[in-house]
Amino acid sequence: MGKSLAAIVGLGMIKVGMHWSKSIRELAVEAGLKALDDAGNPDVDAVYVSNMASGLFCDQENLADLIADYLALTPAPAVKIEAACASGGVALTQAVAAVASGVYDTILLVGVEKMSELVSTEVTNAIACCLDAEYEKFYGVTFQAANALLMRMYMEKYRVKREAFGEFVSLMHQNATKNPYAQLRFPVTVEQYLNSPVIADPIRLLDCAPVGDGAAALVITSTKKAKKVVDNPVFIKGIGQATDTISIKDRVDPLFLRSVSKAAETAFQMAGCSIEDVDVVELHDSFPFVAFMAMEALGLAERGKAYKLLENGDIKPGGKLPINLSGGLKARGHPIGATGVYQAAELSLQLIGEAGSLQADSPAKALMVSIGGVASNAAVIVLERGD
Amino acid sequence: MSSAPRYWREIPYRYRLEASLCERCGSKFYPPRIICPNCKSREMKRIRLPKRGTLVSYSVVYFPPKGFELQTPYVVGLVEIDGVKVVGQITDVLPSELKIGMELEACFRKVRVNGKSGIIQYGIKFRKPEKRDADESYVPIGVR
Repeated sequence: MGKSLAAIVGLGMIKVGMHWSKSIRELAVEAGLKALDDAGNPDVDAVYVSNMASGLFCDQENLADLIADYLALTPAPAVKIEAACASGGVALTQAVAAVASGVYDTILLVGVEKMSELVSTEVTNAIACCLDAEYEKFYGVTFQAANALLMRMYMEKYRVKREAFGEFVSLMHQNATKNPYAQLRFPVTVEQYLNSPVIADPIRLLDCAPVGDGAAALVITSTKKAKKVVDNPVFIKGIGQATDTISIKDRVDPLFLRSVSKAAETAFQMAGCSIEDVDVVELHDSFPFVAFMAMEALGLAERGKAYKLLENGDIKPGGKLPINLSGGLKARGHPIGATGVYQAAELSLQLIGEAGSLQADSPAKALMVSIGGVASNAAVIVLERGD
Repeated sequence: MSSAPRYWREIPYRYRLEASLCERCGSKFYPPRIICPNCKSREMKRIRLPKRGTLVSYSVVYFPPKGFELQTPYVVGLVEIDGVKVVGQITDVLPSELKIGMELEACFRKVRVNGKSGIIQYGIKFRKPEKRDADESYVPIGVR
């Protein structure tokens, strides 16, 4: 088994939703203070902020400084890390690397996105900025449309029926009904999924994660210090990040998520374990077919066969490997830059046995998969219970 | 969205489908690159892609980004031209006529009006080939 790289000793989350009355700074500070309180307010050496598009959504850049300032943490160094929808996962790998290197002892990582400041066409425009702006977005290709191109290829090649995606959506919504931090806490039937409005054919409304605001924060400290801070730290055993071409047009094999596969390989190698050892997963399901392809890239299913994991109940609560007990991006919500931090916080609660009605049966190892762009960027992290 | 210089500098690639050919390994890329991601060679030659290609995948967009509201629903597609894939709009076609593998040809079209800078932006879209004798020699797009 690999040694621990760093530990999570505090976490804070805000319910994902349309927070009309709160600004990006208020959301970030609220989550940050929750995490600091949870860790017993240790000294913080640096503030890392994960966020995709505060400039586009809120006219606010220099975001890390703003958040450090309003958390009363200046003059601590502060930096914003952006990797589209993978910002949260990538920022966590960066924070863990910095702590593991010994440069910083304790880092506060705040993930935040405030999407509700814009009307829907502007939100669609902002999200599409994760594509190639000059050669895809220029022609009106939205993020949903770019994914739709891939989804159609997936469905054509593997003959996967829409119902299979509907089953996944229904499971995510069912899981979210128990998550107090989830945005969409209501069940959805396969029939409702099939009849939802078309966004970018074949992607329908209920394929998409909702637009929402959210902030989540983690206190990350060195392995050595962790048990002095709290009794039940969560250890980070492996981190991996990998990229792929920004556009699917340049991929030799677009139906295989090379970024996810490569990042997982790195993370598992570092952790000295494999997917077989994992008890619970938070997976980036920007669309159900992306979740399917990610499961296939992780080696959980043969290519084109991920739907079988739903059919046999493996990924349901109580199954062999529960996936997205939180409700996933689909129903917990996807405040872009914050999403990866939510995943890590949710998994930490699972590992310390404080996930309430979402709790899996005493998991020891957890895996998070954070994906950005059309899987042009991925971060994979292995977490372990610290007993 | 685009300033005039930004729009202007991209004209060769957008109007003429300029791509690059790696002289070492033969890979082609659109838009042009100066280093080959396949073999790392920097011997990249500028080429023009032919006008005709085939449809690899498509989507019909009903919820547009700002600036495309008046065009919905519109079709975007992944088009393969001579081994290179290009993402763009498919025009003059009903969604029901779309078929993966169908032949398409590039044509010169207006993409959008009224960006932040107020300029009218043009580019390449793809359509069903016109019924005429195929002229395989290159004709500058938009000029007949």
